[in-house]
Amino acid sequence: MNFNFKKLLPQTLTILVVILVFGFFTYNAQVNMENRGIAFGYGFLSQESSFDVQFSLIEFDGSHSYFRAYLVGLLNTILVSVIGIVLATIIGVVVGIARLSKNYLIERTAAVYVEFFRNIPLLLQIFFWYFAALRALPLPQKAEPMLGVFFLTIKGFFVPSFVWNNLDVFIYSIIAAIISIIFVRIYAKKKQETEGKQTPVLYISIGLLLILPLLSFVLGGSSFSIEIPVLKQMSQTSFTYEGGIGLPPELIALALALSLYTATFIAECVRAGVQGVGKGQKEAAASIGLTPNQVLKLVVMPQALRIIIPPTTNQYLNLTKNSSLAAAIAYPDLVLVFAGTALMQTGRAIEIVSITMLTYLSLSITISIFMNWYNKKIAIKEK
Amino acid sequence: MNKLNILTPDKNNLQAYLYTGILLFFISIIDVSLSSFFNINLTSFLPGSISFILPLVLGFIGLHLIRIEYSGIKQLDLLNKNINTNSFNAFLSLIIIFVIIKSLPPLLSWFVIDANIAGDSKDACTGSGACWTYIKIWFNRFMYGMYPNDEQWRINLSFISLGFLGTVGFFATDKLKKYLTLYYVVIYPLIALLFIYFFISGGPIFFDFSYGIIALVFSVILGFFIPSKFKMYYFIIVPITIYILLKYVFFYEELIELGKLESLEWVETGAWGGLSLTFIVSFFCLIFCFPIGLFLSLGRRSDLYIIKYISIGFIEFWRGVPLITVLFMSSVMFPMFLPEDMFIDKLVRVIIAISLFEAAYVAEVIRGGLQALPRGQYDAAKSLGMGYWKMHIFVILPQALKLVIPGIANTFLALVKDTPLIFVVGLLEIVGMLNLAKTNPKWLGFAMEGYVFASIVFFIICYAMSKYSYNLEQKYKTER
Repeated sequence: MNFNFKKLLPQTLTILVVILVFGFFTYNAQVNMENRGIAFGYGFLSQESSFDVQFSLIEFDGSHSYFRAYLVGLLNTILVSVIGIVLATIIGVVVGIARLSKNYLIERTAAVYVEFFRNIPLLLQIFFWYFAALRALPLPQKAEPMLGVFFLTIKGFFVPSFVWNNLDVFIYSIIAAIISIIFVRIYAKKKQETEGKQTPVLYISIGLLLILPLLSFVLGGSSFSIEIPVLKQMSQTSFTYEGGIGLPPELIALALALSLYTATFIAECVRAGVQGVGKGQKEAAASIGLTPNQVLKLVVMPQALRIIIPPTTNQYLNLTKNSSLAAAIAYPDLVLVFAGTALMQTGRAIEIVSITMLTYLSLSITISIFMNWYNKKIAIKEK
Repeated sequence: MNKLNILTPDKNNLQAYLYTGILLFFISIIDVSLSSFFNINLTSFLPGSISFILPLVLGFIGLHLIRIEYSGIKQLDLLNKNINTNSFNAFLSLIIIFVIIKSLPPLLSWFVIDANIAGDSKDACTGSGACWTYIKIWFNRFMYGMYPNDEQWRINLSFISLGFLGTVGFFATDKLKKYLTLYYVVIYPLIALLFIYFFISGGPIFFDFSYGIIALVFSVILGFFIPSKFKMYYFIIVPITIYILLKYVFFYEELIELGKLESLEWVETGAWGGLSLTFIVSFFCLIFCFPIGLFLSLGRRSDLYIIKYISIGFIEFWRGVPLITVLFMSSVMFPMFLPEDMFIDKLVRVIIAISLFEAAYVAEVIRGGLQALPRGQYDAAKSLGMGYWKMHIFVILPQALKLVIPGIANTFLALVKDTPLIFVVGLLEIVGMLNLAKTNPKWLGFAMEGYVFASIVFFIICYAMSKYSYNLEQKYKTER
């Protein structure tokens, strides 16, 4: 037997410490819960929750279960994260490119934006938008319509909604279009590799995306009408809009703050990525006769994306986690609905906090596993 | 005279193009400035939309006319190169200039001209601008929270002395420089802790841990005289012995009683708040999260599998959850894990939670630095006969940490920006105090001023930190 004592000792000690700490916590938790008369278990999830949620994507009221409350919170978190990610990407890419501009004014403006918004705590920005900026909006009865159909008021942002007939046919047609585009791409690539002929993939893709959904209108019988929000008097002084989609001010403030804050980081990622492509690459590409557009598309962007995507994904993840700050302005996200209201009602701290943490944890671990795989795939394979 | 061609300005008629272009450009700027500062519309005789667009068109033509390459005039070339390279850039430049001119008057009037600062009640704010009176009256609260007014000198004293002690590094002679790391990593935080405990909190002079501190100081002083061969055993055995001797054999109750008599008035951590709390929380979290992160990153790269996987699990766990749930855990779930008679102060719990959370991020940053070092460095150190710790302390970490200064600075910035989240457990630092002040019935409706004030404060702190880290990075940059 050849035990390496020097290696074994620290490991055994670590295990002992970990076991001791966990044992201590578990023992105390058991004693505490016995004293308070709570039994550990997740059975409460199917119990009737007797609270209401202000804003939810799925139907919810007091008669639904706690599990459904969890779903409501999760969906709201996903909603604000997706809105935030889309906005942040758009702003971030524009600002990142502006940072690289040779125009002094544009470059400075972008730099000031980045320095300003990333040096102020996100929570403060959320408060600013929610309590200071959005409170300056007009009351519903005094709101001026934008383009005749959008209403931006202190009670939220009201936009027209689509009312669909046979929505499923339309969705199937889009899915079919996407699948056929993938096939066309594979075919085009094969053709180029074997015969050297280029196929106009872009035009075919656009055509497919237009024609197949159009067919669903003509043949599949799907159709839609637009519902415009209408002012309605609730009581003597209280007005609101009915019909259409109403986005609550909490959602707007949160999405604005999240996207403006995260966009600064994405802008820096984009800048670093484009700057990270060597000057020699561009010059070499230009010297073999590629046009500036081709240089950008075929040489700079593929290399820049390799640098841009990993940190940007990290920022998306940060944005999703930061969306939990919603609890501060009472936007009903996972933390507020589940770790706030539901916890207060049931008193099951351990179960609820652990579920909440596990949800975020599994989300970020999934993304980081995917990122590791992606990084390995796009890494430059050196001999 | 050559023929003038408006569409393609050239060098031959430089003067003509130059004067016309500059004239048009200035007319457009003057028009916008007049309408923005003095509300005079020069072109009011034109229909609304045309009079709105006119300056843009004039400026655009003007910039087009002066876009002459290699004109020979230095300023003009500089201008063309920087804001006027092509039509699209000229258009964007004009828009930015106009937006700045247009937004200056309202901003100025809100911040300065129409703002109020005199008086000491809400009635003093009559102007349409900001009400800085609100900030002036609440300034004390924003800085010190609910800390008693008469006792605030204690916070000031502690911060000023800690600030001075923090600058020791700049005055150290070369001989003392090698002890600076020890000073900043061990001694300075300890002094800070004592300051906070005795002054800001007003704790009794002798408390349970003071025996430990006395034991440590004694053994460190004695340690200089011990041969290096036995140092490791010495530092494990002697402090513990002294501690036990002090605590259980010599004095115990008497000193505790004595200490209580001498102490300052006790101020609960619940009353602390404002900017000073932001500083306290960030300071201690910074100090704690760095060593924890360092050990985690070493653990993650260790050959010992159990330590490696425990480190990975720990890091990924904290990195995967939002800080707000961690704080929720520390406030709601953590008390369940402690014995019933054991109570840990709210502030301490928060500091532990944030430190562990940020340590995971620090660990990942440092790991990046460790990975960036070439293998040769490890091999060279090993071939000199260095052990694991010697190799890391003298060869690997100095190089790796230099590489990751920007990353660590970013993590620290994130930490400072995360401190407002402690409102979750009911501690009110500056943002929390703002929210409290905002709901005061006597001072309703000044949310904007408060948030602008806090934004400026945070911006100054964070911007200074990021500039400092940039300087540090430049200073320690080594060519490789």
